[in-house]
Amino acid sequence: MKRLVVGAHYGLMDWLAQRVTGVLMAIYTVIIFAAMLGGATASREAWQAFMANGFIRFITFLFIISLCYHAWVGVRDIWMDYVNPAAMRVILHVLTLLALVGYAGWAVQIIWRL
Amino acid sequence: MTNAARTVHFKIYRYDPDQDAKPYMQDISVEIESTDRKLLDAMVKLKAQDDSISFRRSCREGVCGSDAMNINGKNGLACLTAMDSFPEGKPIVLRPLPGLPVIRDLIVDMTQFFKQYNSIKPYLINNDPPPERERLQSPEDREELDGLYECILCACCSTACPSFWWNPDKFVGPAGLLAAYRFIADTRDQATSDRLDDLEDPYRLFRCHTIMNCVDVCPKGLNPTKAIGKIKEMMVRRAV
Amino acid sequence: MTYTVRKFDAVIVGAGGAGLRAAIQLSEAGYKTAVLTKVFPTRSHTVAAQGGVAASLGNSEEDHWHWHMYDTVKGSDWLGDQDAIEFMCRKANEVVVELEHYGMPFDRLDNGKIYQRPFGGHMSNFGEKPVRRSCAAADRTGHAMLHAMYQRNIKVNTQFFVEWQALDLVRDADGDVLGVTAMDMETGEIVVFHAKATIFATGGSGRIYYSSTNAFINTGDGLGMAARAGIPLEDMEFWQFHPTGVAGAGVLITEGVRGEGGILRNSDGERFMERYAPNAKDLASRDVVSRAMTTEINEGRGCGPNKDFVLLDITHLPPETIMKRLPGIHEIGLQFAGVDCLKEPLPVVPTCHYQMGGIPTNYLGQVVVPKDGESSVPVQGFYAAGECACASVHGANRLGTNSLLDLLVFGKSAGETAVADLGKSGNAHKPLPQEAIDRTLARVDRLNHQKVGADVHDTRLSMQRAMQKHAGVFRFKDMLAAGVDRITEIEQEVARTQIKDKSKVFNTARIEALELDNLIEVAKATIVSANARTESRGAHVRDDATDTPETPDGRDDKNWLKHTLWYREGSRLDYKPVHMKPMSVDTIELKKRAY
Repeated sequence: MKRLVVGAHYGLMDWLAQRVTGVLMAIYTVIIFAAMLGGATASREAWQAFMANGFIRFITFLFIISLCYHAWVGVRDIWMDYVNPAAMRVILHVLTLLALVGYAGWAVQIIWRL
Repeated sequence: MTNAARTVHFKIYRYDPDQDAKPYMQDISVEIESTDRKLLDAMVKLKAQDDSISFRRSCREGVCGSDAMNINGKNGLACLTAMDSFPEGKPIVLRPLPGLPVIRDLIVDMTQFFKQYNSIKPYLINNDPPPERERLQSPEDREELDGLYECILCACCSTACPSFWWNPDKFVGPAGLLAAYRFIADTRDQATSDRLDDLEDPYRLFRCHTIMNCVDVCPKGLNPTKAIGKIKEMMVRRAV
Repeated sequence: MTYTVRKFDAVIVGAGGAGLRAAIQLSEAGYKTAVLTKVFPTRSHTVAAQGGVAASLGNSEEDHWHWHMYDTVKGSDWLGDQDAIEFMCRKANEVVVELEHYGMPFDRLDNGKIYQRPFGGHMSNFGEKPVRRSCAAADRTGHAMLHAMYQRNIKVNTQFFVEWQALDLVRDADGDVLGVTAMDMETGEIVVFHAKATIFATGGSGRIYYSSTNAFINTGDGLGMAARAGIPLEDMEFWQFHPTGVAGAGVLITEGVRGEGGILRNSDGERFMERYAPNAKDLASRDVVSRAMTTEINEGRGCGPNKDFVLLDITHLPPETIMKRLPGIHEIGLQFAGVDCLKEPLPVVPTCHYQMGGIPTNYLGQVVVPKDGESSVPVQGFYAAGECACASVHGANRLGTNSLLDLLVFGKSAGETAVADLGKSGNAHKPLPQEAIDRTLARVDRLNHQKVGADVHDTRLSMQRAMQKHAGVFRFKDMLAAGVDRITEIEQEVARTQIKDKSKVFNTARIEALELDNLIEVAKATIVSANARTESRGAHVRDDATDTPETPDGRDDKNWLKHTLWYREGSRLDYKPVHMKPMSVDTIELKKRAY
C-alpha cells in the first residue's frame, strides 16, 4: 500500500502571482499596441529607438519575468494535473524551470543588446 | 389527457463483474406512457422488463441524490431529466458517472468521493460551551449559507471535473470544496483559519482551474466554482 | 449458503433521522456500534421533509409545550398515548436547540433566533388560533436536518455499513433480540450482526400504496422483520394522506405553503376549507383537509379535464417570500407539475404520506409487547424510533412537523435507553439461535433458485393498486372486507416471487424482491386492522360509522378507544388500552374534534 501524502501548504501565492503577472502582461500588451498605433514600429530604426528607451526596457524586462513566472505556474499545473508518477513530475518540473530560466536570460540579453 | 404509449430507445452501459468479462453497450427499448414524465420513470419501466439493469434510485424528486448518471454525455439526475427534453428518434445513452470505479451497470463506487467530503471536516466546529438556547445568527449571516447547504452529494459535479478525474485522491473536488466553504461561511463555526490552512495546498484546492463543468451539471443549480473563488478570496484577504 | 458473524455492542438499522440521532448517543457513549443502511445516510427519506420541526420555542409569539401537547392529542383524535406525547412536546426545545448546535442552518428571525412558521393543527392557548411553532430551514428542513446529523456522526466517528440490506431480526427462545441478519448489497455476502442492543429506525412503508409521496426505499423493512419475528404491529390502519401531493406525480408539497398563506381552491375558485374548518381553514389538521379535498373532487368540483385534483394557490403571495421561504416548492412545481407557482396555482391531490402505526414502543424507545397479562412489556435488547415505531404520539392522525420532532426525540431516547441498558449488561453476548439465521438463508436461497414464479414488479403493483382502492382516504365496509381477501391472494404470490437476475453483485432485483416480503406484511396489517376497526377516527374514516351523539363523526370511544395490535401469525388481532394519563399534567379529556 502506497501512502498518500497531501498538505504541502502552498499554492495561494502562486495562484495569486499568476493573476498579478497576467494583469501585468495585459498592461504591457496594451502599451505595445498603443506604441505600434503611434508609429513606434513603423520602421526598424523607429522600433530600435523605441526599445532602447530605458523605461520600455524596464517594462519589457518585467514582462519577460512575468511571462516566465506565469508559464512556470501554468506548466507546473499541467504536469501536476496529468503526470502521476512523482519522479517523472520532478524531472519535468526541473526541465521546465531550466527552460524558463534559459529563456529569461536569453530575452534579457536580447533586450540589452539592442 | 391520453396515456398514449410510445417506444423509447436506450443505449445502456452494462457490466456485471459476476457474469461479464468486460463492459458493453446494450441497445434496448421500452414502451412508456405520457405519465412517465421523467427519465427515471422510463428506467423503472425498463427494469420491470429486464430486472438485471442496475441503478440506484430513491426519492424520485431530486433531493436524495441517488440516481446521478451520465445522460447523453452529461451528468445529471434521472428523476429530474424530462423525457421530452430528449431529441426524437435518437437513442438515449446512459453511462455511469465518469471517473469512478464501476461496481455494476450504472452503479459506481463513490468511496473516493465521500473520502474527499470527509476530509474537509464537514461538521460545525465551535468549542465554546453550548448555550442553553440556539446560537444567534442574523438573517444576513444565514443567507451566506444559501447556495451551499443545499448540496445533495450526488457527485454530478466532481465526476464532471477533469481535475477530479486525474487526481481524485488529492483534489477535494467541487462538492467537497462547496461543503468546505459552507462551514467557512458559517458565522457559528470557529475553525475558519484551520480550514483555510488545510485547503491551502496545490492539490486540495488549487487543482481547480475554473472550467466550471461543475456549475454546468449541478442538478440543484449550485455554483461550486463561486464557492471555490470565495475560499481563495478569503485566503488572499488573510495573507495580504 | 455461508454467512459470517460479527459482534457489536449495538446495531442500528436505518440511517435516516431517527437512526442518525440514536447513533450520536451510542457513538458519544463510546459503544461499538454498527449502523446498517440500505442507502447512503443522506439519501434516507428524512431528506425529503420540507416544512419544519415543531418546538414551542416561542420565538415569534408566546407558545407553550402544553399547548403543543394539547394540539397533538387532539390531532391524534385521542388515540395518542398522552404520556409519550407530553414527553415529546417537553423535549422538543432541547432536541431542536441541540440540532442547531450541530450546525443545522435554520432560517433566522431579525433577532437572530430560529425562524418559525404556522403549520396545520398547531394552535395557541389550547386550540384558539394558529401559532408559529414550526422551526424551518426554508422548505428543505429535512434535508438540512439529515445532513447536519450525518455530519455530526462523522464528527463522532460512527461506523456505517452503507448499502447493507437488513433481512431478519434475530430473536431467541426467551423472546430477546440479539441483532439482525443483513446482506452486503455490493457482494451479496450475508452477515449476522450479533448485538446486545438492536435499534430499528427503518422508516415508513408508504410504498404499499400506488400513489405515495414516499421514496422507493420506504418499504417497511423494519416492520416486516419485526412481524416475522413475532412482534405485533400497532395501529396500522392509520395512514396519513397528505393533502398536497402533486397531482399525477405524487411528489410532496409542504403544508408550509399553506403556513405561508397558500389557499386551496376548487373548480369554482372557492376557498372551500372555510366550509369544512371555519376556524383553522386551510391549516386544519391533515386528515380533515384531505377528506375535504376528496369530498370536493367526489362532488364534481375538482379541476382539470378529469376534475380529479384541486388547486393550491400562492399567486397572491409576494414573489420574494415564495423564493425565500419556498424555493424548493417553486422548483418542484416547475419540474413535476409544469407550473410556475409564482403565476399559476399548483394541481394537488391527497397522497399517501405517513404511517402513524408501527412497531409498538414506549416513550423510552423500548419495543413493548403484551406478555403475561400485561399490555406493554419491553422486549429485551430491542428498541425502535421514528416512523417505523409507534410510541404512540401520532395516534390516528399526525400533525405536520411532529414527525421530524418524533425522530429527534425518540431517536435520542432510544439511544439513551440503549446506552443505559448496555451499561447494566455484562460483557457476554447471549448465544445466537440458529432458527432466525436459517430463516434468512431460506429466504435468500428460495429467491436464488425460484423458477416460474410471480414477477416482482407486477405483484408489487397489484398490491399497491389494491391498497389504493380498498384502503384510501375514505373507507367502505364492503371494500375493506374485499381488500382483506385481495391482499391475502397477493400474499400467496409474494411467497413465490421470481427474479431473473441471479448475480451476486449489487443485485437490485433481489433487493426489491426482499423488500416486497416486507411490504406485504405491512399491507396485510393495514387492511386487516382497518377492516376490524368499525369506527371512524382520525385518518381512518369509514362509511358505516355513523355520526350520533354517542359517536360524534363516527368516533366510538366506548368500544374503540384502544390500540390495535396485529400479529403476523394467523393474522391475529389484539388490542391494548390508550395511555390517557400524561406524565405530570392532567389528562386532556375526550371531546369532539373540530377545527
